[in-house]
Amino acid sequence: MSSEIISVKDVTLRFGERTLWEDLSFTLGSGELLAILGPNGTGKTSLLRILLGILEPTSGRVEVRGSPPRCCAAVGYIPQQRIFDRDMPLRARDFVRLGVDGHRWGIRVLSRAQRKLIDNVLAEVGASSFADAAIGHLSGGEQQRLRVAQALVSDPAVLLADEPLLSLDPSYQRVITDLLDARRRRLGTPLLFVTHDINPILPMVDRVLYLAPGRWAIGSADEVLTSETLSSLYETEIDVLRVRGRVIVVGTPDEQHAHHVHEHGDMRV
Amino acid sequence: MFTQLLAQHFVHTALLAGAVVAVVSGAVGIFVVTRGASFAVHAISELGFTGAAAALVAGIDPVIGMIGGSLLVGLVLGQLSLNGRERDSAIGAVLAFGLGVGVLLLSLYQGYATEATNLLFGSIVGVSDSQLRNLAIVSLIVIAGLALAFRPLLFSSVDPEVAESRGVSLRKLSVLTFLLIALTTAEAIQVVGVLLVLTLVITPAAAAQRLTGRPGVAMLLSVGIALVSTEGGILLSLEKPWPTSFFIATLSFAAYLIARVIDATRPAVARAPRRTPVEVAESPPAATL
Repeated sequence: MSSEIISVKDVTLRFGERTLWEDLSFTLGSGELLAILGPNGTGKTSLLRILLGILEPTSGRVEVRGSPPRCCAAVGYIPQQRIFDRDMPLRARDFVRLGVDGHRWGIRVLSRAQRKLIDNVLAEVGASSFADAAIGHLSGGEQQRLRVAQALVSDPAVLLADEPLLSLDPSYQRVITDLLDARRRRLGTPLLFVTHDINPILPMVDRVLYLAPGRWAIGSADEVLTSETLSSLYETEIDVLRVRGRVIVVGTPDEQHAHHVHEHGDMRV
Repeated sequence: MFTQLLAQHFVHTALLAGAVVAVVSGAVGIFVVTRGASFAVHAISELGFTGAAAALVAGIDPVIGMIGGSLLVGLVLGQLSLNGRERDSAIGAVLAFGLGVGVLLLSLYQGYATEATNLLFGSIVGVSDSQLRNLAIVSLIVIAGLALAFRPLLFSSVDPEVAESRGVSLRKLSVLTFLLIALTTAEAIQVVGVLLVLTLVITPAAAAQRLTGRPGVAMLLSVGIALVSTEGGILLSLEKPWPTSFFIATLSFAAYLIARVIDATRPAVARAPRRTPVEVAESPPAATL
């Protein structure tokens, strides 16, 4: 299919003895939103790193726009929020500029077109009013909008977001999801969205990839987020409830599992 | 007395050497501070001392030993590219051992104790023409390195994860940063001494950061503060025969205090983000999946 932008085929990832997933396969077309869910330690961030070309899978083939992911022009990356030091000598627009040419060697003054591009993206995320403020002085929500701007300014073919809503209050969560949603609708940029909580993006999600320890499932939210699917993934009884348009999962051994994996890793070291 | 001294050749050499060192220290300092590598600088300088002590014992130029020691530690710290607390404790362990070795080496050294004192507290007025030339060469190397790597250095200091996603090699950058820091430290030791390196490599940059949010401007301000402190310190020590390092440390600390006061008293930055009221989601707080 020519509209495939991301293709993941039979990808297996192992760290030492531990297999995170085997033969993971999916494709993503223009404008699709794939939510990636699952407990800690199931390789959600690793999958993004593979798509960024930073991490090599154990086996299998990954293609972004028909070629192996090579660092890194075609992919925009939005990490989870990490508050900047108050002293960081960087204005909001300098931060966004890093998305234009921060990876290049040498010193260069921006062209007029590049400055205009940065202004436009700042306006797009509603950051024009604080474009000249030092980034460390801004609120967490404002900083996160700038991360979106920084990812968009390189005009990526694909957007990868790793828990971009973490520690944001609901109103800011809404701002960020609306921005990303608008982008994929307008320009058809596919979006991979790693999250612990599906609810803020549930209305926009096309498909859900659920990574459980050693297994995975992919499909529409209605197919994957069911008691049957999750129970078989976890091999234990899980209840998925729909309450007022929200998904609530009861019975996942997430906490214990995360703890267990951690201990296991420690013992091997 | 003051004007007489000012006409002396050794004073001109000292002023030039001070200027050369101040420029690199101020510039590199910005990356030291944004990366939170102050403690690493301290370690590099103390192990530069160990290197210099080794050189003294071996009967070679202590400056060579100092640069060697700094570069070695810089290379190791850069390779490790550790984070946060782990880095702090690793540096502490290496530093303490290195100093221990330095103490042994000094006790083995049979020459003049002033050599050691000069290393610890600086000896700017003793800089020779050939030393000045060497300082200038090393400075040019550091400045060229900074200019070449300015953007990826900034990117990886500000936001390592995203920088990596854009193809910046964090390990390479980390090694490069620490090598530049090591060369700068070895330079600064020759002016203010091992124990006072931070006064040129940290204080001006920390002051500059309080004054501006622009990376380029911060670097220029930092260089300016380092220059004024160094040259001012040298001139003051001509007037009053106290150690030059004391005057330099005092001037740069004064700049830091002034910067903090300016930062604390000015109106909350000209930013006034329009905080548009966004409707709050109607549903209760999210249950996590």
